[in-house]
Amino acid sequence: MLLVEFEPVIDPVVNERVIALAARLRERRARGVRDVAPGYCTVGIHFDPLQTDLAALEAAIAAEAAVVAALAEVPPRPPIEIGVSYGGDDGPDLDAVAAFAGCAPSEVIERHAARTYRVYMLGFVPGFAYMGRVDASIAAPRHRVPRERVPAGSVGIAGEQTGVYPVASPGGWQLIGRTACVMFDPDRAQPSLLAPGDLVRFVPLQGQPR
Amino acid sequence: MTLGSLEIVRPGLLTSVQDLGRHGQQALGVPVAGPMDAFSHRLANQLVGNDADAATLEVTLIGPEIVIEADTTIAIAGAVFEVACDGRAVPMDASFDVRRGQRLKFGRVVQGARAYIGIAGGVLTPSVLGSRATHLVSRMGGLNGRALMAGDRLPVRARTIPGPLRKAAGLTLPTGGRARLRVVPGPQDAWFHADAIKTMSGVSFRISPRSNRMGYRLQGPPLPRVRDGELISEPVGMGAIQVPGAGEPILLMADRQTAGGYPKIGHVISADLPLAGQLAPGDFIEFILCSRREAVAALIARERQLLRYAGMRSAS
Repeated sequence: MLLVEFEPVIDPVVNERVIALAARLRERRARGVRDVAPGYCTVGIHFDPLQTDLAALEAAIAAEAAVVAALAEVPPRPPIEIGVSYGGDDGPDLDAVAAFAGCAPSEVIERHAARTYRVYMLGFVPGFAYMGRVDASIAAPRHRVPRERVPAGSVGIAGEQTGVYPVASPGGWQLIGRTACVMFDPDRAQPSLLAPGDLVRFVPLQGQPR
Repeated sequence: MTLGSLEIVRPGLLTSVQDLGRHGQQALGVPVAGPMDAFSHRLANQLVGNDADAATLEVTLIGPEIVIEADTTIAIAGAVFEVACDGRAVPMDASFDVRRGQRLKFGRVVQGARAYIGIAGGVLTPSVLGSRATHLVSRMGGLNGRALMAGDRLPVRARTIPGPLRKAAGLTLPTGGRARLRVVPGPQDAWFHADAIKTMSGVSFRISPRSNRMGYRLQGPPLPRVRDGELISEPVGMGAIQVPGAGEPILLMADRQTAGGYPKIGHVISADLPLAGQLAPGDFIEFILCSRREAVAALIARERQLLRYAGMRSAS
């Protein structure tokens, strides 16, 4: 794997360049390249060393990196809305996050739902999007001992990151709510609801049966 | 095309459907999976006339018992097991014909950890996102995304190939539970004390019992860092050696996640990953540093080995 490293920061513009570089490299369909995966501030290029002209690939990366370096802002795009049932059994850590923040649980919901988040990258399991940034006042650290099983659709906070568990899995994030949105379905034309660079808003659901 | 099936009587310790993996969607967090020893997977396919990407069964340490409900051709490559078909011993690394209703029974493992059962036409479980590979954690691919269980039936073609095919020798399997794996440093080798790289290449690491298809936890001397702080999560590949702040280094294997947040001191070279796939908990790894140029040369040598045996007819 080749790793292209940008400035090591979590920043929307840097991430926008990363995603653009990954897309441009993918479009080139260079022989031997199996996959191009963007991170927060890095691009991983998975290749078959025997099928790949490494010098040509490195030249292509340099050329495309120069193009994306010109990106200076993130173009506006409409946010994807995710309905969330906060608290109770759906969000067992809501009260703990409120205690961390020194505010009422309703205030945690308000602060979490007030922001538009950016999907920086996906990982952990298929369709799991790392989103930021969460309001620092509610940025509770993850549990020291992860839960054995977090239900699918759980919405969590880990420091200044927020995310949704696509499938039931072990997990250490602070769970504040749950969504009925299907985050990942391999049979859909677009398997993942979220892709790198997407914008997301969480919308509190009031008294809706799930 | 006539269809048949493989009926799993006993699944063994961990038997799963694998092809070359689910490439192309790591941007969405979709892990690659695939064989722990891709060389032996490909060899098993070659011996039954399949493409390299056809699905095989990966067998781990304790093999299965399978009734073959098809007239077909089978080959077993990788770890050396004692295997019998209706009570008669079958050879490793060679193809053999099986009649409908015959019973393939794995006995003791003699050397290595994982064998691959290639079957003419491949295992025909449904393809998910372009691959039949089983990823256990995300429950994707294979048969319902899980290891095989008693009573499972796997669809296969009923087809024999003109044969038999055999190879003279394959992968030199690790002996005595010990393998030497070549490592290219990076990308975060500068985060570690200069002695850490030397330490790493001078001692044996033991594979912890808390190891699986995702990765091997390695027990050995500490690899001290010169740089603190957190790494921002980044894409990772098979063979990466991650070093958590406190704790055991982890060699990432077939079922690795697509990204990781621990600094990586180096990568096991592609040519040696099949050897890593033949190790089990309790086995030992010695790392040897090498250059990128050596890594490519070693991979070419490994590929030539595979080509040399392709299509060689047994002298019978």
